[in-house]
Amino acid sequence: MAEIPTSDYPTIDPTSFDLIISATGLSASLLAASASIAGKSVLHLDPNPFYGSHFSSLPLPYFLSYISSPSPSPNLYSDVEASSESLPEPSRSFLVDLVGPRLLYCSDETVDLLLRSGASHHVEFKSVDSSLVYWDGKLCSVPDSRQAIFKDKSLGLTEKSQMMKFFKLVQSHISLTRSGATTESGEEGGVMIPEEDLEMPFVEFLKKQRLPPKIRALVLYAIAMADYEQDNGDSCKMVVSTREGIETISLYTSSIGRFANAVGAFIYPMYGHGELPQAFCRCAAVKGALYVLRMPVIDILTDKESNKYIGVRLASGQEIFSSKLVLDPSYQIPASLSPRETVVSSNLSSYVAKGVCITDRSLEPNSANILLVFPPKSLHQEQSTAVRALQISGNVAVCPSGFFIVHLSTPCEDAALGKEYINSAMKALFNSRELPAESVEAQTKEEGESVEAPTQEEGETKPTLLWSCAFVQELREASYDGAVSICPMPDANLDFRNILSTTRKLFQNMYPGEEFIPQNSAPDNIDDDADEGSPE
Amino acid sequence: MHGRPRKATKQEDPAAAAAKSARLRELQSQVLHFQHNRIYTKEAVSVSSKLLEINPEIYTGWNYRKLAFQHNLNEVSDTDTIKSAIEDELRMVEVALRRNPKSYGAWYHRKWILGQKLVPANFDHEFRLLDKLLKADARNFHGWNYHRFIARLKDVSEEEELKFTMDMINTNFSNYSAWHNRSMLLSKLLRKKVKGFHEEESILSDEFELVRQALFTDPSDQSGWFYHLWLLDQTSTPHKPHLVSSWPSDKLNIEISAQFKEKCERFPIIFCFNQRVDGVNLATVTVNSKLVSSEHITWKPLSANNSRKSKIWVAFLENFNKYCDNSEGLSVEIIVHCCESIVHLKFVMKLSHMYHQEKNRDGFEELFLWDCPKSQEINPYLVSYDPWRLRVESVEEDAKWHLDTLSAEIALFKEMSECDEDSKFVKLTLARLLGAHNSIKSGGSSYFEEMLKLYDDLIKLDAPHYRYYRDERSLVLLDQMTSSKDSLVEYCSRCENSSFSCINPQLCINFSGLNLTRVGFVERLLWVQILDLSHNNLTSISGLEALQLLVCLNLSHNQIMSFTALEPIKSLQSLKVLDLSFNEIGSHPVNTSRYLCSSPLSHTCNVTETMEELARENIQIGDFWEAILLFESLQLVQLDMQGNPVTNERCRVLVEKVIPCLKWLDGKPVR
Repeated sequence: MAEIPTSDYPTIDPTSFDLIISATGLSASLLAASASIAGKSVLHLDPNPFYGSHFSSLPLPYFLSYISSPSPSPNLYSDVEASSESLPEPSRSFLVDLVGPRLLYCSDETVDLLLRSGASHHVEFKSVDSSLVYWDGKLCSVPDSRQAIFKDKSLGLTEKSQMMKFFKLVQSHISLTRSGATTESGEEGGVMIPEEDLEMPFVEFLKKQRLPPKIRALVLYAIAMADYEQDNGDSCKMVVSTREGIETISLYTSSIGRFANAVGAFIYPMYGHGELPQAFCRCAAVKGALYVLRMPVIDILTDKESNKYIGVRLASGQEIFSSKLVLDPSYQIPASLSPRETVVSSNLSSYVAKGVCITDRSLEPNSANILLVFPPKSLHQEQSTAVRALQISGNVAVCPSGFFIVHLSTPCEDAALGKEYINSAMKALFNSRELPAESVEAQTKEEGESVEAPTQEEGETKPTLLWSCAFVQELREASYDGAVSICPMPDANLDFRNILSTTRKLFQNMYPGEEFIPQNSAPDNIDDDADEGSPE
Repeated sequence: MHGRPRKATKQEDPAAAAAKSARLRELQSQVLHFQHNRIYTKEAVSVSSKLLEINPEIYTGWNYRKLAFQHNLNEVSDTDTIKSAIEDELRMVEVALRRNPKSYGAWYHRKWILGQKLVPANFDHEFRLLDKLLKADARNFHGWNYHRFIARLKDVSEEEELKFTMDMINTNFSNYSAWHNRSMLLSKLLRKKVKGFHEEESILSDEFELVRQALFTDPSDQSGWFYHLWLLDQTSTPHKPHLVSSWPSDKLNIEISAQFKEKCERFPIIFCFNQRVDGVNLATVTVNSKLVSSEHITWKPLSANNSRKSKIWVAFLENFNKYCDNSEGLSVEIIVHCCESIVHLKFVMKLSHMYHQEKNRDGFEELFLWDCPKSQEINPYLVSYDPWRLRVESVEEDAKWHLDTLSAEIALFKEMSECDEDSKFVKLTLARLLGAHNSIKSGGSSYFEEMLKLYDDLIKLDAPHYRYYRDERSLVLLDQMTSSKDSLVEYCSRCENSSFSCINPQLCINFSGLNLTRVGFVERLLWVQILDLSHNNLTSISGLEALQLLVCLNLSHNQIMSFTALEPIKSLQSLKVLDLSFNEIGSHPVNTSRYLCSSPLSHTCNVTETMEELARENIQIGDFWEAILLFESLQLVQLDMQGNPVTNERCRVLVEKVIPCLKWLDGKPVR
């Protein structure tokens, strides 16, 4: 660590806390907020000059340097490859999520936590206008509701009827489950999915419902949000069970219409996902947590006799003591202190390949914010994971109006392969700026990689790529061991549900018996109108 | 709002409820006081506001406000004052509507205010209000009515209104009002041939495509099916009325028996149209023959409700029998200038060559027996009457699009019924589509068996509506039986045991024991003289009035509940033999059809001579006036009424009085 003049740093008083957290990512901020609400004294530090750590939204130049620099997070980001040196201007007006592509379900726990903690007062949301799927080389809308099925132009009549029938079955199952019926008690007025069907792979259940391949793909990858190819039987890495599939659909459908002014199931925070950790930090601050940015932890102090954690030495040289410590996964901890218990995470891949694109035209006219999925095999015969993309626009204040940022991601074992999928997805969506449409076509034909060579007409209607970059992020799991916990990295999922449950586990491990952000913990309890208004 | 069970209203605190009702009573009596004494001061009007805000259902309150409004603005010409008065009223209505968005009085008051057109209406505000209302309940028909009112007031084009219905359907296609409004607007646009709406067929095709999306997405939602029904109607019903059949049919040689010639002085001419028409008269129908000129002919509509419009029109050739003795017979030519088309008919009446053998026999000396054996096969040529040709000619041209559309729909719904076996909507629509297809394309691949199966399924599947399905099934069956000469001959038998005035040959149509619940396709049976409808489930015989040649009618073992249900028989002047035995006449004390038919009670007919005569003889008419009205208009020779609850000795006596020419009653000779 380079010598930094100590005089720049403030002195922290008091010098002893219940909890020290070094990192201001979503998980860390939630821990700070929940510990503060539980009455613990919290010192919340971040080595960076900004909030959010790996969950931040950064202006494009900073984003690029953040993921490219070897420090402070060695090895977490790799294979960074930008389309050009020159960034689209004004480059600082483009706010890029480190966690992208990511969204919140209107009904998911993140929203509940925001409301419960009062953090919702610090964030505003916009809804995602449409959800698309890449199918047969074309973008089709995802018919995710009765009305959407009615309006859909790409589904055949029989497909519509099959899909709606399936939705009705799921809906009846969900509502009966909610009303407390069990599979055994054959309730009248509705059908429940039998227990043995709930245990089977979701894809098998869909086949049993006689749904054709296209609808199976829509349900699996665009609604139940499966990330891995489900159709290849035993070799599938992560089989989604019917129960899990139904749970996600249940969340999806209950999200539609939760807020009067949200169009679909998903919402996106104004100014980017970096706002979320900040909102929770504010909650923590209201409850008395102490905040110091630009303050790296340079050493961990241990008790000489027991070799147990007692405190940290800061870059300022000051030593602060606490009974618990939460660190960022990028922090290099002495092996003796390294937490051994990992919080079980369902991510099997070790990497996630990501892409960020900037364009000046929307993927679909009349829609600003769009969720998009490339189901497995839609780009390559060997493609075994779904590639997700999210287009966000000026109306969520992440870029100048008239521009669009498209985030892409796919989980992968092999960094190179993951990046290849990201690049083909970009090719499928955009015309690259350097190459006119014809030469792109020629090139893809020569390479023979792409399953669907873009045709001339499609080439003309595609938005042009102004700038893009692809990179790979390592997935590190959260862990804990007595006093020291490591909080999780952004995962490969579309939502924060996994990160949230991991955070909850960390909290329960640190403070058994305390409730994780209890109901009505919002200051002044001013969110009575919670369900009416949140996203603007 | 819809599809949700109504919740019981919350139990109010009794003290609060009592206070509320006391206040309401107080306000109400105040308003009534103002109303009576014509007090229209500001304070008085504001009391009515208070009342209506609590209970917008008090219509007198609204009427009082209308009077007050008129009174107070009577001498005002200052626009601002008028404007503010109107705004006050509109605001008041808004408050009332917030209390009850379905208050007729409040909506009417709003329309009344704006309908005065005292100042230009603030349409933006009205549409915003409607938007809010329809967001809360997209199917509130008051809202839709008001929307139409405002659109008319603002002179919004029908195209724009059509777009509005599309928006509403896109928001939620389960919206009866939106679909309904769409059908109304499209009808208007198509009728007026507005720009972009010339091509009716392509517009309707698009609408089929649209409603299909709704039907396939959610077959259990009824709203789309109603729209589909409307579209089907547009596709299957010809717009123009036309002649479906006539008696006699074109080029018919009628052989007339001696009795017929001797006994009958009038020969009926019958026209059947595909829809109710008017204007059949001397000007539109020319009759050429040496017997009569058109002037002596009076055309009469045959309709139950004395309407001037009817599907069936009748006229009689008087004294025709004088002219058909000679060898060429009597030739008659008719030209019908109806409904933008001209139809020529020509027929010849001749005496039967069996004239001399039959000469000595007089009708109905013996009892007419219905159990005529199905003796021998009937040669189809015996049914000389041919209404089928006319039908084929008149429809098949220009029907290609209709047939194609119907075929496509049939294929689609067959597919749908395969994956959704128990949907009554699918089955019913499929049956209706098949029927529509049948009605346009005669012969060829007929769907009768399929339709019968569908209705049989529906009767089981949807028990609450089984009566409707049974009716429809009856019509399909009748359609099938009468669809061609060959099929009709199956139900014909030769009547050997009777001798009465007839048009040769004597054929009995036997439709007994077929579970029929109603009568239909009479236009193909105009020539029938002997009809057996026994052992069915008929409750009504409406339609039979067209069979003007009918001599013998068997309605025994049906479910006819009253004499009034037999009203159509009244116009069958040649009827001689009627079997009503084993029905349910008189079984139901409250007979609803009694109030629909002409009766002394409704002053649609007078107390007749017969009734007066009976009264003079001290015979109690009592409950039998329907029977009297029915039978006194007929010249029955043979009547069977046994096995009906109404039948008793008193009834028998009465009937014998009313029908002097009766020879046989319940199988026994009348003294």
